Amino acid sequence: MIYNIPFIAVVAMIFIGLFAVLFKRNLVKIVIGISIIESGVNLFLITLGYREGGVAPIFTSAPSEVVKNAPGSMVLPVPQALTLTSIVIGVAVLALMLSLIMHIYEHYGTLDVRKIRGPEE
Amino acid sequence: MSLRTTVAVVMFSILAVFFVCTALMLSFGNPMKSEMDDYIIMHTQNETGTNSGVTTIVFDYRGFDTLGEATILFSAVSGVIMIFRKVKK
Amino acid sequence: MSQMSKIVRTQSNIIFPFIMIFGLYVIAHGHLTPGGGFQGGAVVASGCIMLLVAYSSAWVLEKIKVSRLSVFESLGALGFIGVAFFGLIFGGWFFNNFLVRNGILFNVVPETGSTLSNFNTAGVLPLMNFAVGVKVIAGLFVIVLVMGYASSLKEWKQ
Repeated sequence: MIYNIPFIAVVAMIFIGLFAVLFKRNLVKIVIGISIIESGVNLFLITLGYREGGVAPIFTSAPSEVVKNAPGSMVLPVPQALTLTSIVIGVAVLALMLSLIMHIYEHYGTLDVRKIRGPEE
Repeated sequence: MSLRTTVAVVMFSILAVFFVCTALMLSFGNPMKSEMDDYIIMHTQNETGTNSGVTTIVFDYRGFDTLGEATILFSAVSGVIMIFRKVKK
Repeated sequence: MSQMSKIVRTQSNIIFPFIMIFGLYVIAHGHLTPGGGFQGGAVVASGCIMLLVAYSSAWVLEKIKVSRLSVFESLGALGFIGVAFFGLIFGGWFFNNFLVRNGILFNVVPETGSTLSNFNTAGVLPLMNFAVGVKVIAGLFVIVLVMGYASSLKEWKQ
């Protein structure tokens, strides 16, 4: 069970983020919780593609034993490429969320979720 | 408020049990099927001419995903500029 | 917001060229070492945002207009799609790597299993790396500039 520490770390990060989204009242803290959930999911994608005793899948200045038994001593490269795309999507969503929060604060004067109601004026 | 809090705590604990059981059942270090990645690593230098396996996947073998990601970046930047626009009355 | 003190401004002036050179190195060697367009673009954008924090965003907006910066971003996106369309013209399909064996510029193919790095390899990939790098630099810098300027203008009602 002690060899599954990366997966337990992923579960811990997702639960900390989920706790912040569900039980906090400030809007900025909810956005921080969403960002922590995204970091946990990216970590999960990377640790799915690990091979025991492997190195990075790059041939420049690799040691000669790694090149000899070539695909067996290298880590899988496809999950790393998909994690790149996921990180950029997280940045884009975070930028839009923060600018919407600035607009809400200008209109309502407060950042408490329970005091901000819909368009019923 | 008390009913909402108790329902949230119960759902939280059920989700915790599911996630922890899944995390303990996965095996770390032995991926199950890796034929696509073995093919990509062996044929990278011959077909594409690069030394790096990750960059060819991002730009050559899976270029459409990079095209979609560039579109997302562009729409996010244009959305942020549009929110802070001054409307002249 | 007002400008920071003279020590901070002088120090960020000194260290900004080194950050820019390191970021351009990561962008340019994307086909040989870990890195590429997105990663190097984030490094250079961080250097530009450090300059934006040292000198206030009101001062920077007098020198640079947002409408001119978004031209850079559009150029990056058009370059990326233009290179893909050239692959459709010269080969048979979209995103074709038409410079690998019989092209003008990057047409050397390394042998299978060699660990030496040659900059002249890998067909279309360095051009795509530069296009995406310019796009990411302009995009991230415009986001922080617009948010920083807008937050110093509004009158907050309490």
